[in-house]
Amino acid sequence: MRGNKRSRNIIIVLFLLPALIFLVVFMFYPFIMNFINSFYKSDGFLESTFIGLDNYRRLLKDDTIKIAVKNTYEIMLYVCVFEVGIAIILACMVDSITKGQKFFRTVYFFPIVISATAIGMMFKLVYSYDVGLLNSIMEALGQERRNWITVKSAVKMVSIPIVWQYIGFYFIIILTAIKQIPKELYESAHLDGINGFTKTIYITLPLIRNVIITCLILAINGVLKVFDMVLVITEGGPLNKSQILGLYMYKKAFADNTFGYAATISVLIVVLGLLTIFIVNKIFKKDTITY
Amino acid sequence: MSKKKVIGMKKKKFGIGTLLIYIFLSLFAITTIYPMIWVVQNAFKTSNDIMSSSFTMPTSLLWDNFKTAIVRMNIFKGYANSLIISGSVVLFAVFFGSLASFILARFEFKGRKIIKTLVIGSLLIPIFATILPVFRMLLSWKLIDTHRGVILPQIANNLPFTIMLLTSFMETIPKELEEAGVVEGANAWQVFSRIIMPITKPAIATTATFAFLWSYNDLFTSLIIIRSKAKFPINRLLTEISSQYGTDYGLLCAVIVLIIVPVLTVYMLAQNQIVEGMTAGAVKG
Repeated sequence: MRGNKRSRNIIIVLFLLPALIFLVVFMFYPFIMNFINSFYKSDGFLESTFIGLDNYRRLLKDDTIKIAVKNTYEIMLYVCVFEVGIAIILACMVDSITKGQKFFRTVYFFPIVISATAIGMMFKLVYSYDVGLLNSIMEALGQERRNWITVKSAVKMVSIPIVWQYIGFYFIIILTAIKQIPKELYESAHLDGINGFTKTIYITLPLIRNVIITCLILAINGVLKVFDMVLVITEGGPLNKSQILGLYMYKKAFADNTFGYAATISVLIVVLGLLTIFIVNKIFKKDTITY
Repeated sequence: MSKKKVIGMKKKKFGIGTLLIYIFLSLFAITTIYPMIWVVQNAFKTSNDIMSSSFTMPTSLLWDNFKTAIVRMNIFKGYANSLIISGSVVLFAVFFGSLASFILARFEFKGRKIIKTLVIGSLLIPIFATILPVFRMLLSWKLIDTHRGVILPQIANNLPFTIMLLTSFMETIPKELEEAGVVEGANAWQVFSRIIMPITKPAIATTATFAFLWSYNDLFTSLIIIRSKAKFPINRLLTEISSQYGTDYGLLCAVIVLIIVPVLTVYMLAQNQIVEGMTAGAVKG
């Protein structure tokens, strides 16, 4: 684009400005303010006193934080093993069949378009003591009804819909990657007598390694964003046993009016997120594969 | 070459292995379909009927739950609020996003790299890390309990993804196309709106569906910003009904159905767009 330089610069500024204003005002500025606020004792409205590292000391001593961090990593483990794991199995299977691929793709993606709120509510009903699907099954099998969400089981029961909802998402990504592997590679393997299961383990999986790593990073990152599902199903209970960081931060800010401490919790969420992504990247270094 | 292909394509025996694969795939399909069927069938029952048997199909179609949801709970108002919020978010995020992407993809200038890095970096900022100061700002601007209070931060939250995707798409458009436009005397706005935008349509559709679903399904922002029931988007309304009528299971099922049905209908109609929109970020990144 020629024209004179001045009008070119004006165009650049005018076109970029709206997006940049939004990013600065609603992301970068609050992000920095949030960090600063973590050093203050504040109720969010009137009171605001600088207290140095006190919020961070409180964070280290807070038992609920320990539970929430533990839960976060527990859910991350489930998500890596079951969500991405089942997605890989399903993708390899769907790739190997000839009829019905389209059907399974459509059906597996169902839960993703539905809001976590609605899914959470659905699972709350499924778990419910009086009317729940699980207890109906138990009764049909001649067993006693039981309480599905207990102090011991809460995190696991909450993890099930979290894991289940996004299996189809990673399934599609992995299936797309498998479909991009050139057919010639399989043909030569076929000539060497490699088929079925061995083919998947020795050829397919190594070739889509990078995509699997991307899926793991996305899935792990997704766990740090979980909120609606836990709020709807357990509200973090019983006894905070299924508490997660996002929900705890929300409660500290809007139920207990401790904005400064809530800001500290969200700093922890950011740090954990960056740290985990860093570690995952270190463990699984991406290789560049050329076909 | 052609012979090789024949060898690769042969061997389509329908053995035990294939059968097991179909069984396994179908079992997982049941987990995604059955819970919805279960909710639908219970939406037509009274709470007592559900308690005695939640498995069975309803004996008669009881529309009371839906009537209650629509009349007393004002579900349609919830839809309208959701549409206002998500529609505005899509409109502004896509428009501002494509303006910025056009510059980032087609112009060389000082600071371009920094801005690109900032945009990608902002993808790593979780909503939890910005919401408290945003809440305070909205409070001081008197935007708490308004739709605008939800729309503004949601636009910002959707911009990084939109810009990332549209920029990488626009970078692939051949330079010759816009040069032809410039020779004919088109200004920057005309190049953008008449040459670049029409070509970018598929990517725009992708980001628009993503932004819409993200905003329509988001609960967190509206939970914090919106206070009065008349302004609740659909998700917020659902949590409200659950806390007020938590034991009216039939009603809850009906409301879940009312929330799920429109999204699933849209999904069935625009399946390819939606799947691409939701997975595009992962495939690109």
